[in-house]
Amino acid sequence: MTSAPPARRSRLGAAQTRAAWILTVPFLLVFAAMFLVPLGYSAYLSTFTSQLVGGEVFSGFANYQRALGDPSFWAGLSRVAIFLVVQVPIMLIASLFFALALDSGRMRGGKAVRLLIFLPYAVPSVVATLMWGYLYGQNFGLITQIFTGLGLPAPELLAPDTILGSTMNIVCWEFIGYNMIIMYAALRTIPTELYEAAALDGASEFRVAWNIKIPAIRQAIILTVIFSIIGSFQLFNEPNLLFNLAPNAIGSDFTPNLYAYNLAFKNQDVNYAAAIAFLLGMVIVVLSVVVQGIVNRKEKLS
Amino acid sequence: MTLGAVVLVSALALSGCAPSYSGTSSTAPVSQADIDKAMNTETTLTFWSWVPDIQKEVDLFEAKYPKIKVDVVDTSGGTQQYPKLRAALKAGKGAPDVAQIEYQYIPSFRQTQSLADLTPYGAADTKDQFVDWIWNQVADDKGVWAVPQDAGPLGNLYRSDIFKAAGVEAPETWADYATAAQTIKDKTGSYIADLPGNDPGQMVGFFWQAGAKPFGYDGDKTVTVNLDSPDTQKVVSFWQDLVKKDLVSTDADFNDEWYQGLAQGKYASWQVAAWGPIFLQGTAKNTSGNWTAAKIPQWKAGEDVSGNWGGSTSAVMESSQNKIAAYEFAKFLNTDSESALMLANQQFLFPTTKATLTDPAFVDQSSDFYGGQKVNEFFAGVSDTVDKDFQWLPFMDYVYSSYTETLGKAISEKGDMTAGLTAWQSAVESYAKQQGFTVK
Repeated sequence: MTSAPPARRSRLGAAQTRAAWILTVPFLLVFAAMFLVPLGYSAYLSTFTSQLVGGEVFSGFANYQRALGDPSFWAGLSRVAIFLVVQVPIMLIASLFFALALDSGRMRGGKAVRLLIFLPYAVPSVVATLMWGYLYGQNFGLITQIFTGLGLPAPELLAPDTILGSTMNIVCWEFIGYNMIIMYAALRTIPTELYEAAALDGASEFRVAWNIKIPAIRQAIILTVIFSIIGSFQLFNEPNLLFNLAPNAIGSDFTPNLYAYNLAFKNQDVNYAAAIAFLLGMVIVVLSVVVQGIVNRKEKLS
Repeated sequence: MTLGAVVLVSALALSGCAPSYSGTSSTAPVSQADIDKAMNTETTLTFWSWVPDIQKEVDLFEAKYPKIKVDVVDTSGGTQQYPKLRAALKAGKGAPDVAQIEYQYIPSFRQTQSLADLTPYGAADTKDQFVDWIWNQVADDKGVWAVPQDAGPLGNLYRSDIFKAAGVEAPETWADYATAAQTIKDKTGSYIADLPGNDPGQMVGFFWQAGAKPFGYDGDKTVTVNLDSPDTQKVVSFWQDLVKKDLVSTDADFNDEWYQGLAQGKYASWQVAAWGPIFLQGTAKNTSGNWTAAKIPQWKAGEDVSGNWGGSTSAVMESSQNKIAAYEFAKFLNTDSESALMLANQQFLFPTTKATLTDPAFVDQSSDFYGGQKVNEFFAGVSDTVDKDFQWLPFMDYVYSSYTETLGKAISEKGDMTAGLTAWQSAVESYAKQQGFTVK
């Protein structure tokens, strides 16, 4: 920016500030009305205990206390933690691999491949889950039919001990393409001079990927990690739909979100559901902050 | 989705600020003059239902009472409708005048005093038009809470070709059923039936048929939870035995896999309600002509007792400003001979009125899918044998959702079903206490 007289600058600033406010106010209003107020209200609600007989009474943190001692809440939380530890690395490594492969420009029909990998993300998760549900079917599903066709025993993909893995597979299928696009877009912004320099030094394609590309898209990778952490803890659609196919394998407390939903709409315990949802929100915030903290410290160190 | 859930939960609860109801008022009986006046006043009623094309019957009503307009809102299903209805009732606005409510959910809406007692509007006079056990589902000594719409007396639909191949007849008792199960498995490889771990409605229907009284509610604060009783244990250990011997499968029902199972002869029979025949016709088209409807097997030879699975009512909301017109609509919809017959023949709702159950236009139909059998007439006969005193708890949502984690889970995992039954009992009991009910 060229230098301008201070007075003029501040006047312009004031006008700009006003414009900025005018432009953001509609958003802020909607944000407050549709988000902050309900959020505040459910915080308020979570401090009450309601009964079908007797109605609502203020109970402070009793709902939170109950949640902390509720095996269903912990079961759901540990399930999504396993999900996070297993599924997220698999998904992100696959995304990174595809992004690097596409970026290397060595893939024939790269554009078509990119589109094909990204396509599942365009399929609504409801449709994706229903589709996979058919494939997983125990008796007449495609996977079972292939196995029996080959004369092999078919795997039980909707049983209590395999359903989490089956869910991971669906989520991978849905989001590998999405994360790949984020990483791929970041890869495209790397200045090509770096590659030229690396080529002059005789670095191999793998060397370039490992030493130049991956460090250069750190921020994008971190972004996908944080999105994935949030996504894992908020797992809801997939188990909610698989419930119809495997009601006893999923149960009402498969994930904390599903549990909160069932508490509110099946058990009619809105207050307790609000407390569970809040606790889950806090867990996610803490975890995201911790991950970011670790990453930032590493950044400073390097 | 967490934030989504918070927002959703709070949106539901935001509406909770308004007082839910303004006490019960004892209304004096309405005179014929009042009714005539109400039916000649311009009125718009809102009606929530998930019966497809119910507009056809509504049109009949509107033709008879041109001053009354009925707005039909398709709520797509009970599970989707009840949370919405509860939220609207709590909010004190947005609730319909008349809503479709299944029998087992009537106590839940009574408990929140959301249902109008229809006695002042003359509902008690219609008692004789309905089958006795169905009337007991909607009325007690404190009032009449809804107008019955359809019912689901239990029968047994079986694959006559598979039974024939195995050389067995339709079982008359459950003991015969167990024997037939073994023969069918040995000779044809089919399971005699599927026992889904996700369908408390069917299990409760079996309890009902066995004479069990698992639930009780006094309409106020006292409930009886008797899920774990000698009668229910009898039912559960019977099925346990068949499951253990691998004579009955335990697939979840009403999903694609299960439809395939029906269509491909994996299950040789289905113990199902009167709405089952038409449902099966759509799901297992390729097996047309191979099915027969029979009585549900009996616990004691020579007896003729059935249970019920499903069915619903039209209930007038206490919050309605037009209760006279609302009741007249509910009554017309379900008891007018033309409308009731249309519900039976076009929407395939199994009738609740004695008139429709004996109407030749309903009972004399023969069905090719059932090899020419008069299935309607058959189930009309079953309807008279349903045990008359079955009650529900005012929180069946929880009772049913906890099933899939207790008894239902034991079924689908082929585990200890008796222990599952005990777990169900204690889950329901502790929920009842936690919700402030006195448990007897």
